[in-house]
Amino acid sequence: MNPGGPVIPRPQATLPNGPGAAAVLSAGIGSFALSILAIVADKLPAIKSLLAFYKPTGPLSGVTTVAVLVWLAVWLILDRRWRARTVALGLVSAAALALLVLSLLLTFPPLADLL
Amino acid sequence: MEFTTRGLLTLLHGMGFGALYLLAFSGAIVELRRRYGNRGQASVGPDDEKFLKIYLVTMAVLAWLTVLTGTYLIYPWYRAVPPVGVANLAGFPQRLLQSNPATSAWHSIGMEWKEHVGWLTPIAATMAAAVSIKYGRDLRSHPQLRSAVLCFTVVAFLAAGIAGFFGAMLDKHAPVEGGAVIRLSQGEPR
Repeated sequence: MNPGGPVIPRPQATLPNGPGAAAVLSAGIGSFALSILAIVADKLPAIKSLLAFYKPTGPLSGVTTVAVLVWLAVWLILDRRWRARTVALGLVSAAALALLVLSLLLTFPPLADLL
Repeated sequence: MEFTTRGLLTLLHGMGFGALYLLAFSGAIVELRRRYGNRGQASVGPDDEKFLKIYLVTMAVLAWLTVLTGTYLIYPWYRAVPPVGVANLAGFPQRLLQSNPATSAWHSIGMEWKEHVGWLTPIAATMAAAVSIKYGRDLRSHPQLRSAVLCFTVVAFLAAGIAGFFGAMLDKHAPVEGGAVIRLSQGEPR
């Protein structure tokens, strides 16, 4: 009898981590794409007017639409490639999180203006 | 006591969808930690599992509703350009903020940050919901994936908090108003 209580066996993973890694990394890439597009639209007038998909909202409509499309496209591609694979999730998560934090910082106007 | 339709929709965007997302965040963190924390031995039945999935999907839907109403409904009213010769900028919040050095940074920093950073939230929230649906209870066997989902959820909350804070401050300094007036009650004459 275990004095610490019953031992609950850790369940075995039945799904590979590939699909999860694809979701995490694509979210990081999509977020980063958003921050880069926002900076590019701010710096280059030609891109700014090109990204004004919906006039009342201006370039924000194009920046967010393109970023969402990049995110979904990367997710689809990675998911197909990693569907049945086990990948180095530590590395993938670290890269994705770094991209997300960078996106948070790069959307901050005083920092973006330094670039 | 009355609202304008623009004011009401701004309220729905911020206090309805946005604030509800922020409130839901604490519940999600507690539930994810309870289930998948290092010492988490909570028994998780199929009903619990289903509840968490619905909860995270609801959060993602709230995040999408917040950014979509903000970007395509409220923001055009916020950035509307006044006709030449208009002196009263009350119906043109961006121009009103920019007309005064004491308030212009609410636009140049506040709105410029808010309009982009808010979009990080639905991306992260959708990812968290999708991973939860895909893995379900199996997420317990993927500690690195769990950690990644938790970290994204926390950063998404931070992004939503930044957007929410600036949204409230912008509405305080230059509220989005206009459209039809909805009168809720008539006050007593003095």
